[in-house]
Amino acid sequence: MIKLYLIRKLFFLVLLLCSLHGWAQTTITGTITAGDNDEALPGVSILEKGTNNGTVTNADGDYSISVNENATLVFSFVGYASQEIPVAGRRSIDLILHEDVTALSEIVVIGYGEIQKKDATGAVMNIGSRDFNKGVLTSPQDLIIGKFAGVSVTSNSGAPGSGATIRIRGGSSLTASNDPLIVIDGYPIGNTSAGGIANSLAALNPNDIETFTVLKDASATAIYGSRASNGVIIITTRKGAPGKMQLSYNGNASAGSPVKFLDVMNATEFKAVVDELAVTGVSGIDDPAKAKLGNANTDWQREIFRTAISHDHNLSASGSIMNLPYRLSYGYTDQQGILKTTSVQRNSLNLNLNPTLLDGDLKLNLSAKGSHTISNFGDAGAVGNAVSFDPTQPVMDGDSRYGGYFSWLSKGITNGNSNPVAMLEQTDNQGTSKRIIANLQADYRIPFFKDLRVNLNMGFDQERSEGYNFAPLDAGFIHNNGTLVGRNNTYSAIHRSELLDLYFNYNKQFGSHKVDATAGYGWQHFHREGENTDSNEVTTTINQFKNENFLVSFFGRLNYTLNDKYLLTATLRQDGSSRFSKANRWGLFPSVALAWRIKDEGFLNDVSILSDLKLRAGYGITGQQDIPNAYYPYLAVYRASNELAQYQLGNSFYTTLRPEPYDANIRWEETTTYNLGVDFGFFNDNLTGSVELFQKNTADLLNNIAIANGVNFSNFLTTNVGSMENRGIEVTLNVMPVVRDNFTWNVGVNFTTITSEITKLNLTDDPTYLGVFVGGIGVDAFIQNHQVGYPAFSFFPYQQVYNDEGKPIEGLYVDRSGLGGSVVGNSLNKYHHKRPAPDYLLGFNSRLNYKKFDFSFSSRLSIGNYVYNNVESGRAFYNAVYSQLHFRNIPNNVTDTEFVNQQQYSDYYVHNASFFKMDNLSAGYSFDEFSEKVKARLSFTVQNAFVITKYKGIDPEVNGGIDNNIYPRPRTLLLGLNVTF
Amino acid sequence: MKIISNKISILSTVVLLLMMCCIGDLDVTPIDTRITTSANVYTTTESYKAGLAKLYAAFALTGQQGPAGAGDVGGVDEGFSCFIRSLWNLNELTTDEAVWSYPNDANGTIFNLHYNNWVPSDGIPTALFARIMNVAALANEFIRATASRTNDPDISKFHAEARFLRALAYYYGLDLFANMPFVTEADLPGAYFPPQKTRGELFDYVESELKAIKPEMGAPRFEYGRADQGACAMLLAKLYLNAQVYLGEGSAKYTEAIAELNEVIAGGYSLAPRYAHNFLADNHNSPEIIFAQLFDGQKSQAYDALNVIIYGNAGNGGWAGLRTTSAFVNKFPDLNEARAIFAKEDKGQTLEIDAVNNQGQGYGVFKFKNVTSTGAPGSHPSFQDTDYPMFRLADAYLMYAEAALRGGTGGNLATALSYVNAIRARPGDVADGKAPGAITSGQLTLDFILDERARELYWEGHRRPDLIRFGKFTGGDYLWPWKGGVKDGTSIEPKRAIFPIPAADIGSNPQLNQNTGY
Repeated sequence: MIKLYLIRKLFFLVLLLCSLHGWAQTTITGTITAGDNDEALPGVSILEKGTNNGTVTNADGDYSISVNENATLVFSFVGYASQEIPVAGRRSIDLILHEDVTALSEIVVIGYGEIQKKDATGAVMNIGSRDFNKGVLTSPQDLIIGKFAGVSVTSNSGAPGSGATIRIRGGSSLTASNDPLIVIDGYPIGNTSAGGIANSLAALNPNDIETFTVLKDASATAIYGSRASNGVIIITTRKGAPGKMQLSYNGNASAGSPVKFLDVMNATEFKAVVDELAVTGVSGIDDPAKAKLGNANTDWQREIFRTAISHDHNLSASGSIMNLPYRLSYGYTDQQGILKTTSVQRNSLNLNLNPTLLDGDLKLNLSAKGSHTISNFGDAGAVGNAVSFDPTQPVMDGDSRYGGYFSWLSKGITNGNSNPVAMLEQTDNQGTSKRIIANLQADYRIPFFKDLRVNLNMGFDQERSEGYNFAPLDAGFIHNNGTLVGRNNTYSAIHRSELLDLYFNYNKQFGSHKVDATAGYGWQHFHREGENTDSNEVTTTINQFKNENFLVSFFGRLNYTLNDKYLLTATLRQDGSSRFSKANRWGLFPSVALAWRIKDEGFLNDVSILSDLKLRAGYGITGQQDIPNAYYPYLAVYRASNELAQYQLGNSFYTTLRPEPYDANIRWEETTTYNLGVDFGFFNDNLTGSVELFQKNTADLLNNIAIANGVNFSNFLTTNVGSMENRGIEVTLNVMPVVRDNFTWNVGVNFTTITSEITKLNLTDDPTYLGVFVGGIGVDAFIQNHQVGYPAFSFFPYQQVYNDEGKPIEGLYVDRSGLGGSVVGNSLNKYHHKRPAPDYLLGFNSRLNYKKFDFSFSSRLSIGNYVYNNVESGRAFYNAVYSQLHFRNIPNNVTDTEFVNQQQYSDYYVHNASFFKMDNLSAGYSFDEFSEKVKARLSFTVQNAFVITKYKGIDPEVNGGIDNNIYPRPRTLLLGLNVTF
Repeated sequence: MKIISNKISILSTVVLLLMMCCIGDLDVTPIDTRITTSANVYTTTESYKAGLAKLYAAFALTGQQGPAGAGDVGGVDEGFSCFIRSLWNLNELTTDEAVWSYPNDANGTIFNLHYNNWVPSDGIPTALFARIMNVAALANEFIRATASRTNDPDISKFHAEARFLRALAYYYGLDLFANMPFVTEADLPGAYFPPQKTRGELFDYVESELKAIKPEMGAPRFEYGRADQGACAMLLAKLYLNAQVYLGEGSAKYTEAIAELNEVIAGGYSLAPRYAHNFLADNHNSPEIIFAQLFDGQKSQAYDALNVIIYGNAGNGGWAGLRTTSAFVNKFPDLNEARAIFAKEDKGQTLEIDAVNNQGQGYGVFKFKNVTSTGAPGSHPSFQDTDYPMFRLADAYLMYAEAALRGGTGGNLATALSYVNAIRARPGDVADGKAPGAITSGQLTLDFILDERARELYWEGHRRPDLIRFGKFTGGDYLWPWKGGVKDGTSIEPKRAIFPIPAADIGSNPQLNQNTGY
C-alpha cells in the first residue's frame, strides 16, 4: 500500500512540474497520401527533428503541428520510407510517402524507448500488422510464425486458443525458462498462466496488435537484463489518430477440419488379426477372450472429430475528441475446436488513450486491455484413445450404468481404455479467464531543460481464472478399480503483477556528435495464488499455492553517434531478484555494440547499385532467474504435507514436515552473446536484407541436477551447474521485384541454422556420467537425454539391427558399449541420435497487390528436425492387441516391423520429420465503389493449407519432438470482411 | 533556478525513497501457509512429532502430496521412489517369489532384476540408493533439531527413533549395496562429496547406534507405528543373523542374534489367530506385528509397495503387474493350506511362465488385501488401509530357530521347534482345517527353515537376503524360472550378491568406488 501511495504522489509531482509552459511557434498543416494507391495515410508520425515534438495524421491523412520556423519535419510510417522536409518558412506541406520494404527509416520500439531502425546497433527486427499471418483468431503467437529468422514459433496443439512455444535463437537454459520476455505496450508480462485458458497470451485480441518487434542479441536485450537471455518480444497495440471518428468492422467466419487420420484397422481387419494371434498362442487370446469382441465397425477417430465452425467480430472506433486521441475496440470470438465439445469464446476490450498535453511536453499513453475467455477443454485424452479403441465395439450399447455408452467395465475389465466419445460427451471441462493489463505511461519533457525527458510507466496485470472439470457418476471412464466415482474438480487462481518503471532520457546533438542517454529504475512484483479441489465420490483433496517474487532493476543506456556513421550503444543493468540470497541477489549485465554505416562513407557514394550497407558488432551478458515453481530456492524451508500424505502414529494422523532441498549460494545464470551483423540494400532498397552470426554461451546454468546423495534433502537440487553453447547464422532477405503504382510484389525469405551443445553438466566432469534423462514416453521411461557434447534433448535410443530385407529385427540392437551380455536394459548401449530442433529453418513469405486484389502466403521449410513416433512405438506391435484382458486397435503399419512386443527404445522410431508447410494462403479484394467514405475488403484465407513431408504421423511439427497424440492442428478455411467508415 | 533545483531535489528525494523501499521488497519469506522457514518450524512437541512423522513416512509414502506430487526423491517415477517398494522390488523380483509384467518400466531396466543381469545404470537400485540416503539426510536434520531438547521425555524418544530410522536405512544400504556414502548429523546440508564407508564399517556403525539408542526407545508396542525396543532388537537380530554375509566367514554372531530375539519374543507379541489377518485392511489389530509401515486409504496414499501388490496383482482384473514363479508355488506341498493364497487357473493364470511379460502366466499372490478380517472393504477403492509388516513375530520365531540350528547359544532346539510349530498351527487356521500342522524335531533342518521362511514370509521383502544367507542366490545350486534370464534358470555370478553403486552416484560423487565386478 505504501508503494501505491508513493507512486501516486510521484505522479502528481510530475504533473505539478508540467505546469511550466513552452514557447510560441508556427503551425504547419498538410495531407499525407500513400504512393502505391494515392489514398490518404492515417497514423503517419510527424516529428520536429531533434526534438520530441510530434503528431500523427488523422483518418483523412491530415495533420497539424506547431513547430519552430526553421525546423525540419520527419515524416514516418511503418512500412514506408521516411522523409525529412525542412519547413523553410512554409505553412503547408503535403507529401506522398512511398512504400519501403526494408523499412530502414522506420521507428522501432526497443526496451525503454524507441529508435530509428538505421540507428540500431543490435539484432532487432519488426513487422507490422500488414505482414501478419492472416485469420488468426485466438493465439497471437500464430501471427508471426515463419516471419523472423532465428525465431521459431510452434503451436502446442490444434486446440482452439492453444499456446505456442516461442524460441529465439534456440533455448539457452535447461531447467530455467526458455521463453522470451514478452512486453505488451511497455508492460512486461509474466510467463506463467493462472490456468483456465490454454494460452495466457490469448487474452490479447490479435486484431488489436499493431507491431511485433523481436530483440535477439544481447546489445538489444541487455537493457531487460535479468529476463532477456531468451530474447524479447515487444508487442504494441493500435492507437488512436487525431481526427474524426473512424469506425471499423472486421469479421471472419471459418470452418476447420482434421487434415489426416491415423491409419488403424477397421473391424474386419482387426478381427482377422485377432484370429491369427489366437492361433499362435503367445498373445493370451483364447475363446473367452474372443467373446469380448463386439459386432460393430466403429471408426473412432471420425467419431470424435468434427468440422469446427467459428466466427469472430471486431469493432473499433478511433479518432480524437478534443485533442484526445483514442482507440476503443471490442472483439467477440466464438471458435470451435475440431475435437468435439472443445471451444473458446472470448470477449475483449482494448482502450488506448494517448493525449499530448502542455504544448507537447507531456505525452500520456493510457492502455487498458481486458478480456473474458471461456474455454471448453473437453478431454484431449480422447485423441489417443480413439486411435487405440477396439473398432468392433459400438459407441453406444445402451448400458444405462455407463450413461448408455459402451464401457469395458460392462465386461468386467477394470483396466480397459476409455470410450473416447464418452470421454468427450460426458466431460464438462470449462475454464474462465479474466485478464486486465493496464498501464499508464507519462513522458514529460522538462520545459526548462528541453533535452531531458522523464518517463514514468506504471501498471498492473491481473489474470483471474476459475474452472471445473465434471463428469457424472455414470461416466464409465472414471472409476477406482471398477467402482464408479465420477469427478467434480474445481480450481481457481489469481496471478497478478504490478510494475513501476521510471527513466530519464537525455538526447542532444553537439555538431557531429549525437548523444542519447537513458537511465532508469524498474520495479515489478509478481504474485500467484490459487486452489485446486479434486473431488469424487470417495475422496476430496484440496491443494493450495501462494507465492510471490520481486525484481528491482537499475539500468542505463548510452547511444552515441558520430557523423551519423559511427554508432555506439552501451547498456548496463543491475538486477535484483528476490529468488536469491542477499549476497547473490544482484547481477550486473553489461553490453556494448558498435555499428558502422558504411554506405554513408564517401567512397561508396558513387556505387549506386548499393543503397545501404551497415556493419554491426555486439557483445553482452544477460541473466536468468526464472526457475519454474521455485520462488525461495536459497531459503531453508519446511513443506507440510497435504491431507492425503499424512502419517499415522498411534491413533493420530500427522501432517508431516519435510525440509526442502536448497542451495544457499544459488545465483544468476548468465548468457554471454556475441553478435556480428550486416544490413544491406541494393537497387534503391528493392533488395534488402541482413546476415547475422551469433554465439550464445550460457554459464552457471540453473539446473535441476542429481547431486551427491545424502548431502541435501533430495537427490536432485536446483543449483548453478553446467554450461551450454548455441551458435547460429541468420539470413533475412526482402525483395520487391515489382513496384508500380498499381502493382507491388514483395517476397521475404529468412533462413536460420543453429547448432547447440551442452558443454558441462554436473559437478564432477565424470566421463562415464550418463547424463540427464528427459523426454518421458511412459512410466519412468525416457527417450531423450542431456549430455555433454550433444544438443539438449538429443534422442537417446538403442541402435536397431535390420535384416537383409531392411526390416528391423525385433529386440536386436547394436552392442555399442562392447560389454556383451544383454544389450537391452543397459543404457551404456544407447547413443545420442539426432535432435528435435531442425538443422535449417526457412521462412518464405510473399505479398502481392494488383489494383484491388491482394494475395499473400506464408510458409516454412524445416530441414533435419527429428521426431520420435510415440504413437507407433506405443501401439504398433501385436501384443498390444490383447492386453490387460481387453482389445486395443493397432496401426496398420505394424506390418512394417512385425514386432510382437513393444520396442520403444529402438531408434527405428526416431524419424526425420523435415517438412514444408504452407501455413497461410490469403487472397483479398478491396471495394470503394459504394461511397467515398466506406471502404471494404473481402478476403479468403486457408490456414495450414498443406504439408509436404515423409513423416508418417499426423503432423511432422511436434513441439519437443515426441509425437504422442496431440490435438491435431486443423486445416481452416476462413472468409473475412473488413469495413471502414 | 532556485525553484527548479528545489523541485529537482524533491523529485530526487521521492525517487530515492521509492527505490529504497523497493529494494527491501527483495527480502521475501514464504507466504504459502504450507511452507515454514527452518527457524520457525519447531515450536511445540506436536510440531516435533510432525517432523518425526516425515521420517516414518519416508519409508511408506513418496512425497508431500498423496498419492503423488512434491516427491522426496527425483530422477525416477515417484511410485518407484517409495522406499519399501524399491526395497521389495530388489528383494523379491530378483528371486523365485515375484515377476513383473512391464519391461519398459524404470527406463527399460526392470527385467534386469528377473534376469539377474543388472548394471549400474538400472533405475530401481538407483532409486533405492537415493531413498536410503534421503532418509539419512532427513534424519540428520531432525537429529540436529532435537539434539538440544532431549531432556524432554517425548522429544528424547523422537530423537532415538530418528537414529533408529537412519540405522534402518543404512542397514538396507549395507545389505544391498555393501559400501555406502556416509553422512551423520555432523554434516550440514550443502553440496559436497561424502566419503564412502565399507560394509564392515557400516555394520559397526549400525550395531553401535542400535545398542546406544535401545534404552532411550519406547517399550514394545508403546504406540502403534513407532519404532520401539522390540523393533530395535529385531533389527539387531537381523544384523547378527547375517553377520557372516556382511563380515565374512568366521564372523558368526548367532549367539548375539538369539539374545536379541529372546528380547523380542519377551516383548508381549503373539501370533495372529489366522495367518491371513496379518495382511488385511485391519492388520493394525494383529498382535504379531513388531514394526510396520502404516497406510490409510483416505489419509496416507501412495503408489507404494502394498498398493502395487494389492492392485497390480495378476488375476484380479486389475493391471496385472505382479505374479510368482512355479518354483515358489511348489514350496507348498499342499496348496490348500492357509498360507498358500494364490490366483490360479480358475482366475486365468497358468503356473508356468513362458514369457515374463505375459500377464496371464504365473500365479497371482493374494495374501495382501484391502478388506478387513470381517470382509468389509477398505475405506478407499484404490488405496489400501492395509499396513506393510516389516518385522513380525513369525519372522523372529524362524530367525530364532535358524540361529539355534546354526549353533548359536542362549537358546535351544526344543524351543525352536515349538516356535516353528506355533506358526504352523495358528488356532484359527487349525479350526478352518487349513493349518499345515506340526513338524518333528527331525524335520527341523536348515533347508526346512529356508523353505518355511518362503512359505511364511513370501512377498514381505525377505527372500533375497534369505537365499544369500543360505548360499542359494548366486551360483547354480538353486535354479528358478528366469533366474539369469533363462526360462529354466541358470547360474549367476557371485558378484550378484550385492548391487552395484548406481552410475548416477558414481557420476555425482567422486568419493565413491564401484563394487567389485561392476
